[in-house]
Amino acid sequence: MKKRMLSLVLAGVMTAAMLTGCGGSAGTDAGSTDGAAQESSDAAGETEAAEETPGEEAASDETAAEDGAAGDSAGGTFKIGGIGPLTGSYAVYGIAAMNGSQIAVDEINAAGGINGMTVELNFQDDETDSEKSVNAYNALKDWGVQVIDGCVTSACSIAVSAKTVEDNIFQLTPSGSAVECVANPNAFRVCFSDPNQGVASAQYIGEHGLATKVAVIYDSSDVYSSGIYEKFVAEAESQPFEIVTAGAFTADNKTDFSVQLQQAKDAGADLVFLPIYYNEAAMILKQASDMSFDVKFFGCDGLDGILGVKNFDASLTEGVMLLTPFAADATDDLTVKFVTTYKEKFNETPNQFAADGYDAIYTIKAAAEKAGITADMSNEEICAAMQTAMTEITVDGLTGEGITWDASGEPTKEPKAVVIKDGVYTAM
Amino acid sequence: MSFVAHLINGISLGSVYALIALGYTMVYGIAKMLNFAHGDVIMIGGYVVFVTASGLGINPLAAIIVSMAACTVLGVTIERVAYRPLRGASPLAVLITAIGVSYLLQNVALLVFGSDTKAFSNVVTLQNLELFDGQLIIKSVTIVTVIVSIIIMVGLTFFVKKTKIGRAMTAVSEDQGAAQLMGINVNGTIAVTFAIGSSLAAVAGVLLCSAYPSLTPYTGSMPGIKAFVAAVFGGIGSIPGAFIGGILLGVIENLSKAYISSQLADAIVFSILIIVLLVKPTGLLGKKALEKV
Repeated sequence: MKKRMLSLVLAGVMTAAMLTGCGGSAGTDAGSTDGAAQESSDAAGETEAAEETPGEEAASDETAAEDGAAGDSAGGTFKIGGIGPLTGSYAVYGIAAMNGSQIAVDEINAAGGINGMTVELNFQDDETDSEKSVNAYNALKDWGVQVIDGCVTSACSIAVSAKTVEDNIFQLTPSGSAVECVANPNAFRVCFSDPNQGVASAQYIGEHGLATKVAVIYDSSDVYSSGIYEKFVAEAESQPFEIVTAGAFTADNKTDFSVQLQQAKDAGADLVFLPIYYNEAAMILKQASDMSFDVKFFGCDGLDGILGVKNFDASLTEGVMLLTPFAADATDDLTVKFVTTYKEKFNETPNQFAADGYDAIYTIKAAAEKAGITADMSNEEICAAMQTAMTEITVDGLTGEGITWDASGEPTKEPKAVVIKDGVYTAM
Repeated sequence: MSFVAHLINGISLGSVYALIALGYTMVYGIAKMLNFAHGDVIMIGGYVVFVTASGLGINPLAAIIVSMAACTVLGVTIERVAYRPLRGASPLAVLITAIGVSYLLQNVALLVFGSDTKAFSNVVTLQNLELFDGQLIIKSVTIVTVIVSIIIMVGLTFFVKKTKIGRAMTAVSEDQGAAQLMGINVNGTIAVTFAIGSSLAAVAGVLLCSAYPSLTPYTGSMPGIKAFVAAVFGGIGSIPGAFIGGILLGVIENLSKAYISSQLADAIVFSILIIVLLVKPTGLLGKKALEKV
């Protein structure tokens, strides 16, 4: 009997420890999103009143508070809700997109806001989990969000898009590249779509004569990876190289790539195409080096972030090429200014996701100005007006010049590739 | 040559399964329970080494010993808190509790370490073995893992057969009630079993993460399940069986990846479990279980 009591007590302690653990982590998550905690906790009753609360402004962002006085009196606030992974395996993407977006928001507020409205950005964590993404979206709705800047990853973006179309909220994903992300009329994106990346990669490899025999390693259980793979294979037929092996793996089997690499090696591949995310790519680079398989690697935007993997031997990434529309070492004024600000504020070199996040905010600004959005418009009106305005604007952003959109939500811009040299992206 | 390479990669994978399966089979053989949390103890062992070696900069070998100690404490605690109170309960209740402990460990690790992938630095820093002018490369981790598995297998067999505690374990596994009447401390013996099984898990964790250097809170779950299949394949409860089962499973998995389909490899591995259970329920080296009526 005593023992039973003891085990009950211990079980109770464990449960309590778990609960407090959860609470603590939620607190830090929210804290990292620039005061999102305060905002969402008292969001319920404040949809109208919030705009004028000075405490609210101070909590959300320093710069916003400085310009708050000027912006508020003229046109109220414009609430942009961001969603992306701020913790978890793909946190590199979400944090970069959030930081990039924040820089754009600060710049816009310093320059007088959008149509006189002060921009507020509330970025929520989704841990790359579709369900949590929808929860984050619901939290943003309680906060009174007017436009969604998200999600950062494809699967989440698709899940949230199903909700935004019901609620008539305009959605612009900075980096959700799966075809379905912009299937709904209210959804647009800044980055290339997966098919575009697959086609562009094949063309790039072909036109630049990077290889004659190409091996592909892709994740067949992931919509992003298999989407690029299919288009790559289709496009490769008309390119001057052949695909010698295609090794698939699944989410349950993503640590051992020795077989796929061995097959590529045996087939004499001189380039391995990796339409996958950087965590697995890091494993592949390591295992290829272990088996002395000296080959070129070419990837898409999913590889972006590989330089940020903790404890990973960055020398293995030397010479890895990736298709990304943003190179931090570019010398145009916009990029230099952005990279300098980013380094000052966040102490690291921005990646493509940061640039996507930055461009997303400026795209929202351009569309909102074109559509003449004002603070008193309902979400439905904003959504309809933005949808039309998107097809009429041209944005010169970090990820491309003269980006235009059509009603399908796809952007039109030039693909660019970078190569990693001495641990930094260098334009090719 | 590529066949040999696939074979060696298979043995590399299989030796890790074998090492994990030894822990499974040890606990099952003595305590007659499936410790599904074993894979997650491995993951914790990996994190302990990661934190002590990569984070605090302790010598990797010392870090392994710290990790073994930590996992031993963890294993004994789990046994004391979660399994011992259920000693008389139905096997199903124990099984469900083990699954619960597994999830508990995963989620605690998720809270403490976060879900981002940690790149584990290889603790085996020996030179890789290159044969035939570098056409065939055998990673030093593979060699070390195979040797460690063999040493542990032989050591455990010796321990169980020859030492006093080992014989007490055998007695407990045969008949707990009778063992108790003979003056054997059943609870103590089972606690020792868990201590050994968990310290093996720490070693397995280090070698698993050295061979496949990515560490997440879910690192242990899939290899844990595969190792369970390996243990059943070899005959659960049999120490040499776990070793043979592990190696065979790794080889089958890698060859089916190479010559059948890289996507179907897992399906094939689990079909093997089903076939073995249908054809030879006791596994390759399993004892015939005579059910006393």
